[in-house]
Formats: sequence, structure tokens, C-alpha cells
Amino acid sequence: MAEETKKFMYINRKAPYGTIYAWEALEVVLIGAAFEQDVSVAFMDDGVYQLAKGQDTSGIGMKNFSPTYAALGDFEITKIYVEKESLEERGLTLDDLQHLVWEDEDEDWAEKDSIRLVSRAELGEVLAGQDVLFNF
Amino acid sequence: MKLTIQVNEGPYQHQSADSAYYFAKAALEKGHEIYRIFFYHDGVNNGTRLTTPPQDDRNIVARWSELAQQHDLDMVLCVAAAQRRGIVDDGEAERNGKDATNIAPGFRISGLGQLIEGGVQSDRLVVFGD
Repeated sequence: MAEETKKFMYINRKAPYGTIYAWEALEVVLIGAAFEQDVSVAFMDDGVYQLAKGQDTSGIGMKNFSPTYAALGDFEITKIYVEKESLEERGLTLDDLQHLVWEDEDEDWAEKDSIRLVSRAELGEVLAGQDVLFNF
Repeated sequence: MKLTIQVNEGPYQHQSADSAYYFAKAALEKGHEIYRIFFYHDGVNNGTRLTTPPQDDRNIVARWSELAQQHDLDMVLCVAAAQRRGIVDDGEAERNGKDATNIAPGFRISGLGQLIEGGVQSDRLVVFGD
């Protein structure tokens, strides 16, 4: 079906539980992983809250889907961009986010960080280099 | 140019359902090919034939159905999003034990893979939503 490899990026811009965008975006990322494209995922604006660690949804009756992000490495999704300014504007640092890793098959399954902290300008350059942008 | 269009918002609630329609219509008039229109999130509500807008308003669902018929379009509602929001075709009614269907003519229900494949196969993926 997929005769060529394209650069796919999924952009997450919204907080995790106020609307369903974050959860349904994650479903697209997981399904898309089966298509063997060159996949990146970006988190910006309120989307950075999706990766916040220690999420507890027991008070709102919704499923806490945040543990699923830790599985992205197993789906060979290893490039996760987080926009630095979006974190700063919300008083967050990388320490407030889950530690996401992937295992590098070519280096004896060495564990490597998936998250790449980038400035707004740098993220803009990454976006410009993509073939397909899924915007959520 | 070969296009896949993704519609992320419901009819009447949000202008993107209108914008996507006008974009699709204009693209076809200009001679572009629409590989697929994929409806996601509340966008699946564009595909219920039970919608009954006031007579002096546009009928967004019927408008999609007509466009699909005129141009033989592939209009896909995401199955997971449709199940959550109660958009049902014959197959879904049987699988999930529902007593009715409401899918509009010209639409079909299928998986998210259809969206990804649209991105792979098309020159451009155009997303309408917030």
C-alpha cells in the first residue's frame, strides 16, 4: 500500500482532558505507526500538558491515557519534539514531563531519550521539512 | 493535484465543516482530484442522515451527499469516532447490536488507516478544524 516513505508529523496543541482531541490524536499516531513512515510527534501550546507526569483523572471520570505515551518508543516512534517556549509560558520544565525513551536496536538496545526540547524557531524548521502534518 | 481532506469538526457547531465543503467543491471545479475525505472527531457528525436543519438554512449533510454523488467521492467516517458519537451503518448496527442506522448516502465507516493512507497517497493532506 505505502510504496514511498513520507515524513509524517503529528502536532498536539491541546490540553489532554478538556476536549477529546488529545486522545483521538494519540489513536491516530498509534494506528499510523503500522504504516512505516518517518514519524515525528510534536507537543506545543497546551499540548505540552499531555506529557505531564503524575496525571490523575479519578476526579473527572475519564480514562487516564497518559501511560500510553510511554509506549510510543515500542511503536518505533522515537522523535518527540517539545516546544521550549510552550513549557516556559506554563511554568513547566522537562522535569515535569514523563521521561520517554526508546531502545536503539543498532546499539544493543541502548535506551535513548525520545524527547527533543526545541525552540519555537527550531520547531518551525522541523515543520517546514515535513511532507504531511496532522494537526490536533 | 491529488488531495486528501480531513474534517475534524461537526456541522453547524463549527465553520470548518462549511469551509471543508467549499474547499472540496472549489478544488474539484479547478480540476484537482480528491482521493478521500476523512471525517474525524466530531466531524463524523457530518455523516448522519437524521440531521434536520431549519428550512431556511443550508443542509450540510445533504450537501456532502450530493457532492459525493456528483464526483464519486470516497467519504470516510472514522469508525472509532463514529462509535463514540452514535453514527451507525448496517455493519456497525449488526456488530454492536444497535436497533437503527443513521449514516447518510455517500459516506462509509472505516478505520483510521484510511486517513494515514490518504496522507501517503496524496500530494497534500488538508486539515479543517480548530
